[in-house]
Formats: sequence, C-alpha cells, structure tokens
Amino acid sequence: MRAQSEWAGARGAFEWRRAPALVRYAVIIGLLLVGWQLYVWGAHVSPLLVSSPVDVGRALLADVLNRKIPDATAATLGNLIVGIAIGGLAGFGLASVAVFSAVGYDVLSVLIAVMNPLPSIAILPLAMIWFGITPKSIVLVVALATVWPVAINTDAGFRSISPTTQMVARNLGLSHLRMVVGVLLPAALPFILAGLKAAWAFGWRTVVAAELVFGVAGSTGGLGWYINNARYYLLVPDIFAGLIVISILGIAVDLVFGVIEQRTVVRWGMKTAK
Amino acid sequence: MPDRSSVPLVTARDVTLKYGTFCAVDRASFTVHRGEKFVIIGPSGCGKTTLLKAIAGFIRPADGSILVNGVPIAAPGPDRAVVFQDFEQLFAWHTVLGNVTYALAAAKGVRGAEGRERTRQMLELVGIAHAADRYPHQLSGGMKQRAAIARALALEPQILLMDEPFGALDEITRSHLQVELNEIWRRTGVTIILVTHSISEAVFLGHRVLVMSEHSGRVREIVDTGAAEEWGSEAFREISDHLRTLLIAPEGAAPRVSARVGRETP
Repeated sequence: MRAQSEWAGARGAFEWRRAPALVRYAVIIGLLLVGWQLYVWGAHVSPLLVSSPVDVGRALLADVLNRKIPDATAATLGNLIVGIAIGGLAGFGLASVAVFSAVGYDVLSVLIAVMNPLPSIAILPLAMIWFGITPKSIVLVVALATVWPVAINTDAGFRSISPTTQMVARNLGLSHLRMVVGVLLPAALPFILAGLKAAWAFGWRTVVAAELVFGVAGSTGGLGWYINNARYYLLVPDIFAGLIVISILGIAVDLVFGVIEQRTVVRWGMKTAK
Repeated sequence: MPDRSSVPLVTARDVTLKYGTFCAVDRASFTVHRGEKFVIIGPSGCGKTTLLKAIAGFIRPADGSILVNGVPIAAPGPDRAVVFQDFEQLFAWHTVLGNVTYALAAAKGVRGAEGRERTRQMLELVGIAHAADRYPHQLSGGMKQRAAIARALALEPQILLMDEPFGALDEITRSHLQVELNEIWRRTGVTIILVTHSISEAVFLGHRVLVMSEHSGRVREIVDTGAAEEWGSEAFREISDHLRTLLIAPEGAAPRVSARVGRETP
C-alpha cells in the first residue's frame, strides 16, 4: 500500500480519504472491471483477441474448481520458493563471508559484476541441457535470479551497521557465526527484506518466463505453462485468468512482506510504519 | 575505598596508539587499582576515547603494553564491558530485558532461570525494571544508558569501561545518573574507567583523574581527587580549579598547584 500524499483530497474529495483502504481499492478495481466490460461490449472486439471480464471470471472459476489453476499455482510457487530459498541462503552466505574476509569481499564483488547483469532466464537453455525439462532447471534459474539481489542488499546492510553496534558485538566476544545470526542479521534486516522483495520480483518474472519456454512439453506445468497451454488451444479467457492469478499472488506476497516488516523492523523502530 | 596495596588491575606502560601515522596517544603510563573509579579527562580529540578502546581491546598499541592482571590484552572481551555514549549501543531488535539476557547467554553462557534472575537484579540496580519489556526506540536517552549499564554489569566484568556515557544526556538526567553511578559502584565495587570532558563529572565520580593534553596525546598529570564528591565543597572546588588550569594552560606553563590537592606524576 502506498502512502497518500498530503495534497491528495486536500480540496473536497467527498471524504474519499476517510473510507477504509479496502473499500477505496475495491471501488477502483470495480471501475476498472466495468470499463473493461464496456469496452468489450462497445467496441465489438473479437473474443479471440480480448475476453470480457465476465468470460474471464467464468474461466477462472471453472479452472479453479477443476483444480487446473490450484495445481499450476502450487507447481509455480513450489519452484519459486525452493529457488528463492537456495538463492537467498547462498546470497546471505556470500555476504556473511564477505563481511569478515577481504578475499571474500573481492570474490563477491567480482561475482556480482559478472553475474548480476545476466538476465537469469538467459541461463535457461544451459539449464535445460544440464537438467532437461524438469523443475530442477526452473529452480536453478530462479536461484540465479535471486542470489544477487539478496547478496547485494545483505552486503549493503552489513556495511551500514554502526561502528558502535559492531564494537558491542565484539565486546561480547561473539564468534563469527553468532555475530552473523545474533547481530548482523537483525541489524541489517531492513536491507535484507528489501533484497528478498527484489528477489521475489525477479524470481516471479523468471519462473513464469521459464514455464512459458517449457510450453506444452512440460509434464507438471505451472502458471506459465497454463498460460502457454491456453494459447496453444486458443482459450483466450484462460490466458487472462492465468494473468489475473499471477497478479493476485504478487499482491498476496506483498501483503506477507508487509506483515513481516510490521512484526520486525517496524516494531523495533528501524523503519517507520507506512 | 579501593584496595591499593595489591597488584594493579591495569598497568599501562608507555602506550602509544596510532591511526595510520597519526599518533593519538603518546607514551601513556598509568595504573588502575581494583575497585577504583579512574577517570580520563581531556578536550575533544585528545585521544582519551582511543585510550579506552585500547583497554577494551579494539585497538592494539603501536608501542608499549597494557596489562590486565599482568596479562597483555589480546582481544575485546566481556571481562572489560564497555558502555558507549552512542544510544545505538542497545540492540534495537531486543527489548531491554532481551538485551541483557542475550548478552548474558551469548557472552557468559548464562541462560534460563539464572539468566532471568540476574537480568532482573541488574535492571533493578539501575532503576529500569519498569521498562523491561520496551524496545530501545521506546526509551528516553537516560533510560537507554541505564539499560546499557545494566547489560554491561550483568556480564560481571572486571572493569566497567565507560566512554562519555552521559555525554549525550540533558544536564538533569546526567546529574541523576552520576549520583546513581556512585551508588552502583558502592553496591558492586566494580572497577570503573570512565572517559569524560566534564570537569565536574571527573571530580564527582573519580578517585583519580588522568588529564590528557590537548594536542600531543600525552598524559599531563594524574590527579588524586581525595574522593571529593560533595558538590560545592571546598575540596571539590579546589580540585576542579586545578583540573581546569591543567586543561586550559598551555603545555610547559606551570599550573597553579594547590597544597591540598594530592598529586602523582604519571
């Protein structure tokens, strides 16, 4: 949720600001859907190009009930979560080594410089040669998409920790491992969460793109596969339904991050509440 | 009164501390006795904090040695617990209680009921038990410093190192905490080495005051305050005047020395 500027509604926006956020957003989404429906009706656009919201809703409901969409969602999220877990842990580990070792820092700098500019989806052909058209290939590209944002942000977070905090940790005589888990991780958490958010965003794009490339050849398809399959059979409402599911999942993940922030960095006074 | 008959707790011999080529402390020698309140005073940038950091083990001497119990300092450790001026010294992700219990568990391996009991005692000692469940950002500056002192004392250090601990507080809070620090010292008997640039704080808190000169990073003099801690008393004023003279008069100029002020050469 974005914060409203002080200018919004400064002049007679008939109590818009006082309505609950959920109501405000629901009204906007409702208006968008009505506009979409009116466009499809009014412009006589071919249903093979643009489906109406009503048709999309029908397709969505049908494929949720026949478990096509839940299964595809589970497959996508499964690959995504495993990939992000591997990439995130690797990124955090690299940054943790880099904070204590000058060589580690140089290795991380070179790896980031070389690997970060590569769109990880570009690795997919190579991954398919190594692992075939299997979830392993997707997990690999997702991990590669997430390791660098997490490493970069974690490293920046570690380096932003105040000298006093570092001295307190050293004064307690903590081992490196304890320092990482007990001090560096929580002290850099605002940065690490920002890195994980970026990782989710990259991971999402990558996983859907990878599933699209797999196309109908895939056996246990995710949402990308579902969309591509719908294209293959010219089921346009299904394509829209897949896109809507992806969007809803993105919103849900954002909300989860909001809750995590609320319970950690906001509660600790490291970040002001939105 | 501190026990001065025994072997000194801290012995600094010709300690030279450098940042690169810049010499922050030049051949400082002094001893600190068990149970003593030892104050290091000097203007900003004179190297007093550097000296404290060296005792804490954050900086290694370029030359000379600092011994604690006759052993050279190798690394920082909880036997020399540090209280900093910076309010950020508390871990923001722990409550006041959590800050103390975490330090006890991580540094001393004291956990569970024993950890909680010792934490409670320390929070009561420094008068912050009522705020045990608050996070640091919900505390005033004075409360943060109390919590930091509780955390340091919970470690049962041989020496409590304090780097201008009240420097960022308002004067009223500072006065309260100065009085309470003397009370804490009476109850625990812990050896305290405190860095300050406040003359009245030095006289009020210190048994002896090491005066550093402004630019050279040398020890100017070590002044015995005779435990003058009664504000406005004759002794308090005389020692304050003496310290002021030492701090302000250019090096080489003979400071006015009062007959009643005990002096030691470093």
